[in-house]
Amino acid sequence: MGPITAPSLAYTALSPLLFVFGAAAVGVLVEAFAPRAVRHPVQVALALVGTIGALVATLLLAGTEEVTAGGALAVDGAALFLQGTIAIFGALSVLLFSERAVDPARSAFVAVAAVPAGSVRDRELVTSTRVQTEVYPLASFALGGMMLFTASNDLLIMFVALEVLSLPLYLLCGLARRRRLLSQEAAVKYFLLGAFASAFFLYGLALVYGATGSVQLSAIRDAGVTEGGGTLLVLGMALLVVGLMFKASVAPFHTWTPDVYQGAPTAVTAFMAAATKVAAFGAVLRLLYVAFGTAEWTWRPLVYGLAIVSMLVGAVLGLTQTDLKRMLAYSSIAHAGFLLTGVIGLGPGDSGYGLAATMFYLLTYGLTTLGAFALLTLVRDGDGEATHLSQWAGLAQRSPVVAALMAFFLLALAGIPLTSGFTGKFAVFRAAIEDGAWPLVVIGLVASAIAAFYYLRVVVLMYFSPAAPDGPTVGVPGLPTTIVLAITAAATLVLGILPGAVLDLAQSAAVLVG
Amino acid sequence: MSINNYLVLAAVLFTIGAVGVLVRRNAIVVFMCVELMLNSVNLTLVTFARTTGTLDGQLIAFFVMVVAAAEVVVGLAIIMSVYRTRRSASVDDVNLLKY
Repeated sequence: MGPITAPSLAYTALSPLLFVFGAAAVGVLVEAFAPRAVRHPVQVALALVGTIGALVATLLLAGTEEVTAGGALAVDGAALFLQGTIAIFGALSVLLFSERAVDPARSAFVAVAAVPAGSVRDRELVTSTRVQTEVYPLASFALGGMMLFTASNDLLIMFVALEVLSLPLYLLCGLARRRRLLSQEAAVKYFLLGAFASAFFLYGLALVYGATGSVQLSAIRDAGVTEGGGTLLVLGMALLVVGLMFKASVAPFHTWTPDVYQGAPTAVTAFMAAATKVAAFGAVLRLLYVAFGTAEWTWRPLVYGLAIVSMLVGAVLGLTQTDLKRMLAYSSIAHAGFLLTGVIGLGPGDSGYGLAATMFYLLTYGLTTLGAFALLTLVRDGDGEATHLSQWAGLAQRSPVVAALMAFFLLALAGIPLTSGFTGKFAVFRAAIEDGAWPLVVIGLVASAIAAFYYLRVVVLMYFSPAAPDGPTVGVPGLPTTIVLAITAAATLVLGILPGAVLDLAQSAAVLVG
Repeated sequence: MSINNYLVLAAVLFTIGAVGVLVRRNAIVVFMCVELMLNSVNLTLVTFARTTGTLDGQLIAFFVMVVAAAEVVVGLAIIMSVYRTRRSASVDDVNLLKY
C-alpha cells in the first residue's frame, strides 16, 4: 500500500465555508480571552463578518463548478446559491439574537445556562443585565455545518456536516431566558429524536456503502447504473432519506417540530425554520439528483407519498393550534411538503425545472418565516412573549404596524398573489406539473386552501376582535430587529411583484456537479 | 463462518437499539440505545469494508466514533440540565409541550 497523499483543497472555492468556520473558531477564542464587557459587541460583529463575508464570497464565486477535497466537496451553482441563502438567513438571525431593546432583561438568552431553572440564583439572574455571548459561536458553527451540508459530495461528509449543524442547534434550543423548563424540554426532545434520526441516516450510509463499495455520490450513481438497483441500495437510500426528512421536518418525521419550535427561544426558532430547512433540502436535492438521479423510480414513489402526507398533516393539524409558534411550526411542515413537490420535478435527464424552483422557494419561505418569527418577539406580556392566539385579539388597535406586517407575512405564507409565497408556490407547482405530477399539485392546492384558513383566522382575530383589557404590550424594536423586519418585508413584497431577476439567478444556478 | 453473520448480528443490534429508544423511559437509557445503534452501524461498516475490499468502511467507523463522542458531550449536558431542575431523567416527565 502506497503512502497516503494529501488531497488538494481549492481554498478559493471553499472560502464561504472558511469565513463562517473562521468566525466560529475566533468566536470561541474571544469567549475565552476577551473581557466580559466587550464580548457582546465583538461576538456580534464577528458573526456578522463571517456570514456577510460568506455571502459576498458566494456571489463572487458564481459560476464556479468544481469538485475538490478528493471528491468530497462539490462547489457548484446549487451549492453556492444555497450557501448564499443560508448566509443571508444566518446574518438576519444573528441580528435577531443580538436584539437588546425588547426584553427588559436585555437579552432573550439565559445568562448562565448551568444554573438550575427556578433556583434562587436563577431568579436573581433573570433580571440581571448579564448577557449570554456563547450563542454566536454556536450559531456560526451550525451555519458552517449547514453550508457544508449543501456542498457535500460524499455521504461521510454529509453525515459529519449533519452533526456539525445539529449539535449546536440542540444547545441553542435550551438557552431561553424565560420559560426555561419549556426550553430545556425542547432541547431534550430535539436531541433524542435528532440522534435517533442520524442513526438511521448512518445505517443507510452503511448499506449504500455495502451495495456500491463507495460513499461518493458519483460512484454510487455509476454503481447503480451498472449493477441495477439491488435491495441493499434501495433500502440504504430509503434510510438516508428518512434521516434527511427528519431534519427537513417532513411528516411523518415531524413530531419534534411543534414542540421544539414552541419551546426554543424565538430567535433560534426563526433560525431553525429558515436555515435548517435550506440545508436539509440542499442535501436532499444533492442526494436524490446526483447519487440516485438515474434511478428515479426508486425514490419517486417515496417522495411523492411524503409530500402528500406532509402537506395534509401540516395543513390539517395547523387548524387546531392555539399557539402562534406551534401554528407556524405546522405551517413549516406543510411548506416542507410543498418543497417536496418541487423536488419531484426533476424532469427527464435532469432537464426539469424542479431544482431551480425548490431553491427559489427555499429563499422566499425562509425570508417570510424569519419576518413572522421576528414579529412574535415584539408582542409580550409580563411572562415574556405572548404567543397564545387569544392574546393577539384586537392587536391592530394597539399596534397597527405590527398587525399589518404580521398580516402581510401570514398572507405570504398562505401564498396570496403579490407576495413571494405565491411566486414560490407557482414555481414548484409548475415544476411538478411539467413532470406529470398533476395529482400532487391538486393535493397541494387543497392543502393550501386549508392552510389559508388558519393564517386568515389570525388576521381576522387581529383586525376584527375587540382587544382584551389586560392584553399584551407591543415592544418597540431596537435597530437589529427593525433591520430584519425591513429586509424580510421588502424581500417578501419584491419577490412577489418582480421575481424575474432572482428566478433567473436560481435557474442559472441550477447546476449540480459530481 | 459466513461473513453474513456479522451483518445479521449488526441488524439485530440496530433493531434492539431502535426498539429501546421507542420503549425505554429514562433519557440516559434512550441515549444508550442510540449509541447501540451507532455501534451496530460500525460493525456493518467494518464488515462491508471486508466484503467490498475497500478501506473506506474502517475509516468511516473512526469518524462515527468521534461524532458519537461529541454527541455524548452535548447530550449529557442537556440531560443533566433537565435533571438538575426536575430531579428526574424520565422522558415521561418532560411533558409541558404538547398538542
